[in-house]
Amino acid sequence: MGLQTSRSLKPDNPGATLRPDGREPFVAAIEPVRMSKTADATVESVPLPPRLAVDIRNVSLTFETSDGKVDALSNVSLQIADAEFVSFIGPSGCGKTTMLRVIADLQQPTTGTLLVNGVSAEQARLERRYGYVFQAPALFPWRTIEKNLKLPLEVMGFSDSEQQQRAARYLALVNLTGFERKFPWQLSGGMQQRVSIARALSFDPALLLMDEPFGALDEIVRDHLNEQLLRLWDKTGKTVLFVTHSIPEAVFLSTKIVVMSPRPGRIIDIIDCNFPRDRTLEIRETPEFLKIAQRVRIGLRAGHSYDE
Amino acid sequence: MTNSAFVLPVSAAGALRRHPLVERYAPIVTIVLGLIAIWYVAAVLMNLSLVRGGFEREETPYTVSELIAGTMSAERPLLPAPHQVIAAFVDSVFGYAPNAPRSLVYHSAVTLSATLLGFALGALLGIGLALMIVHSRVLEKSLLPWIICSQMVPILALAPIFIVVLGAMGLQGLLPKSIISAYLCFFPITIGMVKGFTAPDPMQLDLMRTWSATPRQVLAKLRWPSAVPYLFASLKVAISISLIGAIVAELPTGGEAGIGARLLAGSYYGQTIQIWAALLVSAILASALIGLVDMTQRMVGLRMGTRP
Repeated sequence: MGLQTSRSLKPDNPGATLRPDGREPFVAAIEPVRMSKTADATVESVPLPPRLAVDIRNVSLTFETSDGKVDALSNVSLQIADAEFVSFIGPSGCGKTTMLRVIADLQQPTTGTLLVNGVSAEQARLERRYGYVFQAPALFPWRTIEKNLKLPLEVMGFSDSEQQQRAARYLALVNLTGFERKFPWQLSGGMQQRVSIARALSFDPALLLMDEPFGALDEIVRDHLNEQLLRLWDKTGKTVLFVTHSIPEAVFLSTKIVVMSPRPGRIIDIIDCNFPRDRTLEIRETPEFLKIAQRVRIGLRAGHSYDE
Repeated sequence: MTNSAFVLPVSAAGALRRHPLVERYAPIVTIVLGLIAIWYVAAVLMNLSLVRGGFEREETPYTVSELIAGTMSAERPLLPAPHQVIAAFVDSVFGYAPNAPRSLVYHSAVTLSATLLGFALGALLGIGLALMIVHSRVLEKSLLPWIICSQMVPILALAPIFIVVLGAMGLQGLLPKSIISAYLCFFPITIGMVKGFTAPDPMQLDLMRTWSATPRQVLAKLRWPSAVPYLFASLKVAISISLIGAIVAELPTGGEAGIGARLLAGSYYGQTIQIWAALLVSAILASALIGLVDMTQRMVGLRMGTRP
C-alpha cells in the first residue's frame, strides 16, 4: 500500500505536530476535529487514495497464562478504510475483543505492526483519536448523566462552555435530552448504553471502537439501537469497528464483516456488505441479506470445525 | 358482625404494632430495658456480700428488703446500679460550671479536642499511606508490614513511651495525646482506602486510559470518588478508635484532665460510680462522633447520587 508515501504535504501546517500524517482531518457532519479545524480545512485538493483508518499487518498476540501460552491473535492482517463500518464476528475466544483492545492500545501486540489513522496505536490513543464503547455502559455512578458525558471533555481540558454545549448536543443525538440531571441507576440499560455511546462521540474522534455494545440488551432494544447507530454512522461519517456475536446485527450494520475463529485467533473471511446507507430493519428479510448471513454462518461453522 | 367486637381489639393492637414509631423504636427500647434489668440483678448479686458485711460489722439487724435497697445505694459498690450512675452523670454534667475540674463537660472537652485532632491527623496519615501504597508496588512491599506491625504493639505499653519522649522534646498537653490517638486510628483508614482506591472497575480504568488521562486525573475523577464509601466505613471505625486512643493517652499523664484522668482518679479512690459516669460520657461521645460521620456520609451520598 502506498500508505507511507502520501504524507507530508504541508510541512508548515501548524497542526502538523498534532497530525503527523499530514492528511485531511476527519470532518464530521457535526463538528470538525478540535485540534486542527481551520488549518487543514483550507488545503488539500490533491486526491488521495482512500485513507486507512486502521492498518494491521501480521499482528500476533500471545498471552502467558498459568496453563501455558494462548494465541489470542495469530498473524492477523487487516486494512480498514475511512468511514467504513466493520463488524467482527466469531465465537468466544476468537480474539475479536483483543483485536479491538490492541487497536485501542489497551494491549500491546507481541509481534507485527499496527497503524491507527496513520500513526502508532499509542500515538493515536495519546491524541484521543478514538472513542471506545464497552460491553457494559461503565458510567460513573456518582456522576449525573450530563457529568458523565462531560467526563472525557474534562479530562481533555475543554472549556466549560464547550463542555456544556457538547453535552447538550450529544445527549440530543442519542435522544436523551431531559435526562441531564438523572443518575445512571435511574436509566434503563439501553439508555445507559446510549449515554456511553454519546460519551464516546463527545470529543469527536474519527474512530469509534465498540465491543459488543448491545450484547447485554434484549432484542427489541437492540434492534432499535442498531437502527439508531446506523443513522448516527450515516450522519457523522465515522469509522466504526464493531464487535458482535449476532449475525443479523453484523450484516445489518456493516460495510464489511470480518469473520474470526478461535485457537489461535485469526481472520477466516472478510465479507463486503454494501446495503444502501438508508437501510431499515426490513432489509433483513431480503434474499441479499440472507445470502450474506448465510456466508457468515458458513464461515463461522468452518472456523468451528477446525476446533473440534 | 358477630365477631367484630372480638376482632376490634386485636386489630387495634396490630395497628399499634405497625405504627411507624413503634416499629422503629420497639426493638431498641426492648433491648435497653432488658439490659437495665440484667444490670440491676447483677448489681444486687455483686454488692450483696459487701452490704451484708457492712450490716454484720455494725451488728444491726436487717431485712431482705433493706439488704436489696442497700445494694443499690452503696457509696462504693462493686457495680453501681444504673440510677446511681445516671445520678452521678447528671450531677457531674449539669451540677458544676462547664469549666470546673469536677465537671464532666470540662473533661469531655479536653478529651474531645485530643480526639478530633488525632482523628484529623490519623485520617491524613491513613489516606496518605494508602495513596503511596496504591501507586507504588515497592512502597506497598516496604510499608505494609510496618503498618501491620505498628498495630500489634499494645498501645498501653507504647503510650507512656510516647508521652515521655514527646515531653522530652518539649511537646506537652494536647499534641502528644493526639499523636497517640492518630497512631491508633490511621490503620483502618489505610486499609480501607487501599481497598477503596483499587475499587474502580477495570472498564472504568480502561476508559480513562483511552482518554489518555493523567494519573492525577485518574485519582481525582475515578479512584477518589470510588473510594468514598470505603472512606466513610473506615472513618466510622477510626473515630471511635481515636477516642479510645485519646482516653488511653490521658492515663500515663498522671490524670490531670480528660475522661481518662477521671477514670484513673476513680480507680485510685475506688469511686466506682465516678468511673461508670465517665464511661457513660465516653460512650455518649463515641456515639455522637459516629453519628456525625454517618450524617456527613448521608449528605455526601445525596450529592453523589447514591441510590436511596
